[in-house]
Amino acid sequence: MAKFQSLRDAVAENLFDGDVVAFEGFTHLIPHAAAHEAIRQGKRDLTLIRMTPDIVGDQMIGMGMVKKVIFSYAGNPGVGLLRRMRDAIENAWPRAIETVEYSHASMANAYEAGAAGLPCAVFRGYKGAGLKHVNPQIKSIICPFTGEELAAVPAHHPDVAFVHAQKASRRGDVLFEGIVGVQKEAVLSAKRSVVTVEEIVDDFEGLHPNLCVLPHWTVSAIVQVKGGAHPSYTHGYYGRDNAAYLEWDKISADRDLFTDWMKTHVLDVGPDVFAGRVKELER
Amino acid sequence: MSSFTSTEMMTIAAARALSNEDVCFVGIGAPSAACNVARLTHAPDITLIYESGTIGTRPNTLPLSIGDGELCETALTTVSVPEMFRYWLQGGRITVGFLGAAQLDRFGNINTTVIGPYDQPKVRLPGGGGAPEIATSCQKIFITMKQSLRGMVETIDFFTSFGHGRGGDDRQKHGITTAGPSLLVTDLAVWLPDPETKEFTVVSLHEGVTRDAVQGACGWKVRFADDLSVTPPPTPVELETLRNLNERTARAHGRPKQKVA
Repeated sequence: MAKFQSLRDAVAENLFDGDVVAFEGFTHLIPHAAAHEAIRQGKRDLTLIRMTPDIVGDQMIGMGMVKKVIFSYAGNPGVGLLRRMRDAIENAWPRAIETVEYSHASMANAYEAGAAGLPCAVFRGYKGAGLKHVNPQIKSIICPFTGEELAAVPAHHPDVAFVHAQKASRRGDVLFEGIVGVQKEAVLSAKRSVVTVEEIVDDFEGLHPNLCVLPHWTVSAIVQVKGGAHPSYTHGYYGRDNAAYLEWDKISADRDLFTDWMKTHVLDVGPDVFAGRVKELER
Repeated sequence: MSSFTSTEMMTIAAARALSNEDVCFVGIGAPSAACNVARLTHAPDITLIYESGTIGTRPNTLPLSIGDGELCETALTTVSVPEMFRYWLQGGRITVGFLGAAQLDRFGNINTTVIGPYDQPKVRLPGGGGAPEIATSCQKIFITMKQSLRGMVETIDFFTSFGHGRGGDDRQKHGITTAGPSLLVTDLAVWLPDPETKEFTVVSLHEGVTRDAVQGACGWKVRFADDLSVTPPPTPVELETLRNLNERTARAHGRPKQKVA
């Protein structure tokens, strides 16, 4: 049953040291504010599941919170590499991390299998590809009907999932629209979930009935954080801050610059700053 | 005819390969530019799909990421990522996958994962994203990249996505039924796979480019077709379309709206 909470309480009650945690949002609706709260609370030894770790993954890895990352694309989309993640992989700074690498199709199927309560996902994948030789979790299975060899990977079953969405109703139902990514599957595959939203409305009356809705009893905590996806974006509220993504490439390139930036923009401030960050981007 | 750059020639030559009937899975960067030039010139009804789930998108500027808002706002429909990969890609509904590469070999095998050994990489690249399955599930694959000795290599360090493997019928031996790499467009030339060996062979040189220039920026011994031709230079309409698109895109992304990430 969804509980309306402050971000601080929602993170403290749902994310614990050593957890397997999913932060999802496929370019759109990335839960930046929630990740910053997890950083402020200094959570440790997390296994991070995230298809494209993106800037939030880079920040969490750069702050030394992550011991293992399960991912499928370690880039800053359209810009280049994730420099903090690379520094951790290549130089163990600030700590060594274990990486478990899949393809996007594999990750999406693993979430879907998790949401469906299955132990594994089966799909037509990795034919001729190198990842199956370096990731022992990628196995194969023979179709009992056709004899076709198919790829099999373990389902994702995170302890907790964090996502951002447009709206919650006062009852706690959650509405997503636009590029919905794997957010629904991430929440339904997890034991607990925290959803940050732009807005809380009385109900969803008059809206399109098929907007991706998570019923209130599938969500643990709902937190209103205006602008909570910045510099990612929320369709209908504010646009993607592409300039900030480009700027991250410079900030993340240098350990000291990164550390200073995290202190000024994350550790020393609260989630309320997100509303101001999107002011100029509002539609 | 105004002059043009080698990158402009590459993008336009790649765009020409797409038709109105194609349903194209678009990679970011050079493939995205080529696909949108095709849509804005000779293939107005082409269906462009980005892996964020946007189907039939018609962006006014090139997206910085595969999930920029404009892709969704101008799309026929937007589906979840699991649906995109299961029903649309794996379901065999996509005619062309258009990919770029960090490292490429003569058989169209692509590496975007690591330079050096996987466990101790010299350079950790972003990885495959959707590419491992795009390479095998789309009916055919087009590749576009700028030539360099570092990029076009004898042996790639990692098989992010499988092209023609070791050539010949290696693709079929791996249980893959789709055609695979069918076209390579670089900033210097247009290449097609040999029907038997599947090795990429230069079929046309861009205007002003020599055989030596192509060999000088390629790490394997280049094969040239017997009836080697010259790639028709960009038309004024093609060039103006590409330049306007790039200008709109630079204006959209360059403006610093916020100081913080």
